[in-house]
Formats: sequence, structure tokens, C-alpha cells
Amino acid sequence: MTRKVLIVDDSKLARMAVIKALYSIQPTWTILEAGDAAAALELVQKEAPDIALLDFNMPGMDGLILATEVRLLNPGIHVAVISANHQVEVINRARAAGATFLAKPITAKAVAEFVDGVPGRQEGAR
Amino acid sequence: MARQPPVMLSELELDALTELVNLGVGNAALGLREMVQEEVLLSVPNVSIVTREQAIANLGQSPAKRLVAVHQNFDGDIRGRALLIFPEAQSLELVRAVVSSDLSLEDLIELEQEALAETGNVLLNSCLGTIANSFGRTLRISLPEVVHGDGSDFFDLTPWPRIDDSVLFIYINFSVRRANIEGYLAMLLDLPSLVTLKELLAQYITLLGGTTTVIPAPDAG
Repeated sequence: MTRKVLIVDDSKLARMAVIKALYSIQPTWTILEAGDAAAALELVQKEAPDIALLDFNMPGMDGLILATEVRLLNPGIHVAVISANHQVEVINRARAAGATFLAKPITAKAVAEFVDGVPGRQEGAR
Repeated sequence: MARQPPVMLSELELDALTELVNLGVGNAALGLREMVQEEVLLSVPNVSIVTREQAIANLGQSPAKRLVAVHQNFDGDIRGRALLIFPEAQSLELVRAVVSSDLSLEDLIELEQEALAETGNVLLNSCLGTIANSFGRTLRISLPEVVHGDGSDFFDLTPWPRIDDSVLFIYINFSVRRANIEGYLAMLLDLPSLVTLKELLAQYITLLGGTTTVIPAPDAG
């Protein structure tokens, strides 16, 4: 079943890298992009994505706070926080926010493990 | 209006460089975190190419007048200088955070230069190493040196750089709350290195999938 995936990163290139990895695994999935938290929250409300991949280190609202906000709007969404900052505190905060932690540089293998771990099709999913 | 630097990076190239700096500083923070046993908070990096005058002016905006820098020169396909900079007044706090906190002030002062150099060495090598690895290149990195002064002192050191009035200025703020330490990393490249850097970034962008469409390039085989 095709899924809707939201990718949020202030860096266009970083979004491209995630899209490339995702495309190599699931070429038919719908990809939504946002360059900041406000645009991301709008897309979550309008498009109801199934999965969100959020950069941690962004200007304004960071990816961990965004993860919490996204899950408040859509409790069923599966969230991963991506960061080059691998400190244990950041990883723990991602987990506490109900998100999977993915290390930068992002690899297709890591993205595959995350999306494969997302429970299968949901009845009545859009 | 200030003079424009002779080498400009495109938006995507700046993105790529920022990502590399993020990776490098992320690894560096992991090292510093081990040394201070506390989370190191990092800001979003700011990457720009500016004239040397602008770079000095940027450093001059720091509220602290006297700064201390640990710097290391690097050489290879690109050459330049990386600096870890923080207010001189916090230098002993940093030393206290990385060595045993129950040392006497006398011992701390004695250890200051050495501890600063070693902290800089861990952070700067980690950052430069990550960037060099991402480019698949090797950089020779000099031993760390500790310098006290201000922006013009740091950007005017001999024998390097003979900067052609243009520097890559990377600014990332890091802080350790408990120890009340704040500082930043800066990097300077000379003009030929900036040209090479542009080429390396283009290769890196292709590698990351930064084509203009979402369709990935066919496997190179």
C-alpha cells in the first residue's frame, strides 16, 4: 500500500538525500516536503501523512519539539528524527518524544529499517 | 556596501557545506560530551564566504572583548585554518570541565594551555576529519596552538594564511550549560581552496542525490 511520507529539513540538499534513499526503497510512495516546522505542521493537518522524517537541528522549532507537535496533531503518525548530533541525550529525547532516531549521514539501509518497522496497512487509511 | 568575495557558493553548495559542518560538529560534540560528561548544545551552523574584514567584524560582535582560540592549520587538496574560539574569561571553566573539577586554581592555571590545546585538538580533528572523509580526501592537520587576542589576531597569524581577502566563515555556537561555557568554531580557507571546495561540493551533491529531479541517477555500476 502506498504511503504518504513527510520530509522536513531546512536544508534542501538534506531533503534530497532522504528522498533519494526513500525513493530507492519505495518508489511509489507519496513524498511531501517542508523546509520548516510551520510548513510541516500545515502539511500534517492538510495531508495526514503516515510517516514523518524530521531533521533535528533546524532554525526556530527543532525536530524534537516538532515531533511532539506532529504527534499531537496526528497520534497515529510514525516519526523519525534525523540528526548529525549523536549525543545520548538527543537520542533519548527522540525516544521520549515517541520518535525513532536516525543518524546522519542518512543511508537507504537506515531509512528502510525504519519504514519497514512501521506497522502494515491500516484499515481506512486515506 | 562591502566588497563581494570573488568565489560564491550556490544555495545547494552552501546547503551541502552546512550539512558537512553539521556532521563534523556533531562528531566533535560527541567527543566533547565525553570529555565534559554533559550534553553539548549546538546551534544551527551559519556558513558564508566573506571578506577577511567581515570575518573580523563578525568576531568583533562577540560581547567578550578578549577571546582565546585554539587553532590548527590543515593542508591537502584544500588548506586553511580551523579555530575553536571562546571568551578568554571562560577558558578556566572549560579546563575545569574537562579535567577534574577539584583541582586547585593553581593547578588549573598550570594545566590551562595544555587542556585547551587538547580540547581543541579533539574537536577540530573530529570536525575536519569528518569533512575530509566525506570528500574522500586526506587532510594533514597541524598540532594545535593556543592564541589569546581578538578576531584580527586570529586571522592574521603567520605563516598561514596569506588569505586573498576572502574566507569561508563557519559559525556554530556550542554551549555546556552546567559549566557555563559557550564558544564557536570558525574555519578559514584561502582562495584556491575555495575553488577546489566548490568542485568537491559539486561531487558531494551528486553523491547525495542532489539532482534537480527526484528520480535518482542510474547506478554508476
